[in-house]
Amino acid sequence: MKLLDKIFKFNGGIQAETKKDISTKKTIKSLPIPSEIRLPLRQHIGKMAKLRVKVGDQVLKGELIAEADGNISAAIHAPTSGKIKSIEKLLIPHPSGLPDFCVTLIPDNNDKWVKKFPIDWKNISLKETNKLLLNSGIVGLGGAAFPSHLKLGTNRNSPIKTLIINAAECEPYITCDDMLMRERGKDLIEGIELVQSLLGAEETIIGIEDNKLEAFKIISSLIEKKPNIYIKVVPTIYPSGDAKRLIFLINGIKIPKEKRSSEYGIQMFNVATIVAIFRFIQYGEPSLSRIVTITGNIKEPRNYEVLFGTPLRSLVKDAGGQKIKNNTFLMGGPMMGFTLPSIDVSVTKTMNCVISAEPEMIQVTEEPLPCIRCSKCAEACPVSLQPQELFWFSKSDQFEKAQNYNLFDCIECGCCSYVCPSNIPLVQFYRYAKSEIISQSIAAEEADIARERNDFRILRLDREKKERAERNAQRKAENTNTDKLKLIEEKRAEIAAAMDRIKNEKNI
Amino acid sequence: MINQQSPFIKKAPSVTWIMMLVMLGLVPGTLACVFFFGIGILLNLTIAIITALIFEYFILKIRNLPIKLFITDGSAIVAASLLAISIPSIAPWWIIVIGTFFTIIVAKHLYGGLGSNLFNPAMIGYAVLLISFPAVMTKWPLPASHLLDFNLAQQIQIFVYGTKDVIDSVSSATPLDYIKTQILLNRPYEVNFTKGMPINSYFNASIIISLSFLIGGIFMWIKKIITWHLPITFLISLALISSIFWLVDSTRYLSPFIHLFSGGTLLCAFFIITDPVSGPTTPKGKIFFAFGVALLVYLIRVFGGYPEGIAFAVILMNICVPLIDSLTQPKVFGHE
Ligand code: SF4
Ligand code: SF4
Repeated sequence: MKLLDKIFKFNGGIQAETKKDISTKKTIKSLPIPSEIRLPLRQHIGKMAKLRVKVGDQVLKGELIAEADGNISAAIHAPTSGKIKSIEKLLIPHPSGLPDFCVTLIPDNNDKWVKKFPIDWKNISLKETNKLLLNSGIVGLGGAAFPSHLKLGTNRNSPIKTLIINAAECEPYITCDDMLMRERGKDLIEGIELVQSLLGAEETIIGIEDNKLEAFKIISSLIEKKPNIYIKVVPTIYPSGDAKRLIFLINGIKIPKEKRSSEYGIQMFNVATIVAIFRFIQYGEPSLSRIVTITGNIKEPRNYEVLFGTPLRSLVKDAGGQKIKNNTFLMGGPMMGFTLPSIDVSVTKTMNCVISAEPEMIQVTEEPLPCIRCSKCAEACPVSLQPQELFWFSKSDQFEKAQNYNLFDCIECGCCSYVCPSNIPLVQFYRYAKSEIISQSIAAEEADIARERNDFRILRLDREKKERAERNAQRKAENTNTDKLKLIEEKRAEIAAAMDRIKNEKNI
Repeated sequence: MINQQSPFIKKAPSVTWIMMLVMLGLVPGTLACVFFFGIGILLNLTIAIITALIFEYFILKIRNLPIKLFITDGSAIVAASLLAISIPSIAPWWIIVIGTFFTIIVAKHLYGGLGSNLFNPAMIGYAVLLISFPAVMTKWPLPASHLLDFNLAQQIQIFVYGTKDVIDSVSSATPLDYIKTQILLNRPYEVNFTKGMPINSYFNASIIISLSFLIGGIFMWIKKIITWHLPITFLISLALISSIFWLVDSTRYLSPFIHLFSGGTLLCAFFIITDPVSGPTTPKGKIFFAFGVALLVYLIRVFGGYPEGIAFAVILMNICVPLIDSLTQPKVFGHE
């Protein structure tokens, strides 16, 4: 173990009140199995998972409900044993507030496991391990929801030298990673060693903010005798946990927005993701639950281990309910999170934290004034953008200029809004401008396919059609129909990739 | 209104609070001015603030803007105060009113109001007055402890009718003005007592006033209302430029010391060029801007037709701000 102390400092950032001690006083509690589980089929970045059950099916805990559709997708498993009640569109915890396809499962309360298959990764090839990981259902649990098998994959040009563990947890209020390190440090370290060897990395650096003293002590003592695992304490300056900012803090490497860290020999995982990977490989347990912080305006704030698909309502109820009733809940942190459309959404893989909204969080008390060009926002911007200029261009619909001022480098961290004396909701303007630009750039015909893409039914029909066509293709060597379908498929993939990029940028 | 989008927390001093701190920062300098130039400064301030608020009220009404929101932002008060402090303490009331009119109505609102003014409002007001009423604007009383021989009746008389009608008032051109005249006439000047021009006492007063503004400036820096870029660059540039000339010919050019501690240099450094709206926003831009102002201030002081160059220098540099900003964009993270 070695403590690395050289810190590179990025521009700006903010030091908000962390409010973390609200939810760290109690240990992680397992939330009992709810009476109904609703699993959205899209809890990750990429294609919706392909359904593998039908209404009325009996499933066991850990059984595959929907498999990854292609490489950029993630599987969904039954979090407990029970019966599939329905498959329908329901509200999901997504900023769009739109409903999406969910599988409803009625638990039988036996919680009976399917047969588990631990992975003997030392004796099989990396490729095979990776193939198995495709159906682990594990996605980035820090909030990005990027399918993890992709990051562990073998098809990359440059070797990975450094594995960075994101334990910064820089957003105020959130403590799920902190509590995980305190209570499951052993799993974490074993997971780190495992992932490090899977990646073939030489070293691992754990980046942790200096406000998590207890977790730091536990982790340090656990890695005392591990020569290749380092720990680096970074200052508590939001957004130190943003992937590219953290890499810079640790390594001094500034990775441009269009590049991936793996091109620089760096791969980053969040602590919770590491533990999930460990449990899948070691015990054959797919991703069925996560630790969720429930905090803010709630009677008994704490961290819970929650099965995916559990209605948020059960979680809120177990935590004693809201102190001040306003029925508003935020998902994620107060800086980058969003208001949930309803208390009836379910807990998903991306739900690291639920903040029962404090009244002052959702009440706009002060009216915005014009920008006084004080440049406080520019001083706070961790990407060194000029938020006041971006604001001006976004507001006046001068999108080209906004892009020239690197609008798309903005990570929507909210630092600029946080410090603006004129109370301008700056980030909202950037979101508006970005979505305008994107929707303008998607041409009309492509937009048609994009709409189609959102339609599950057509998608399914399409898939069947394609499968039929493939059968036909086998029969006939020459088949023009396949070419056409291929074209549509390619286009669709292109759009999906574009949407992913956008989402990706939003979520890092 | 319900806030639906992140961030859901924020912590920023309001514009009103910032303006209040600027006013607080002005207190030491203002008190020093009152001490040396008389209670007239306070009368100027009061009238300027009152008329500014009245003008602000009416123009907001005409422009159909929310009056309460904008009148409480404090920006009109700050602009009017900066103007008032720059006007001689023995100026008549209508000077203040005219200056305030140009500051609030023309420089601020005709350009679009809070946040949109291209030029520093106080300096526009000042420049207009200096061009239109040079005699009044360059006539300062002899610096002395005017608090001791305070005569309310006389002050009010001056305030209402101007100095012409007050027989025993004393006034003088500023030392910068005096020295420039001497240089223009190719006469040597003396930095000691000259006839009607007690330069030493003037500089004692000037130094104390300057230091008082410095204290206020440091206060604003501590309170993070301003960054070091503008004031420090401005002061260092002015010192350097004047040193070069002075080293070349110290009989013709004033020492950097005199430049730094006279004619509102410190007021300019901390309170005038730090106006965010009409200034640059990038750190590098701030450095260029401050250097430009310093250079122009020096050139106008020494070679120009006006005794004090700050107002014109600031206004000229204001024009360059969009260019400066666009040329000094900081490197975006990951763009090399
Ligand atoms: S912080 Fe607000 S008022 Fe200041 S420059 Fe940025 S947008 Fe304008
Ligand atoms: S939201 Fe965008 S512009 Fe604002 S501080 Fe963050 S990165 Fe900079």
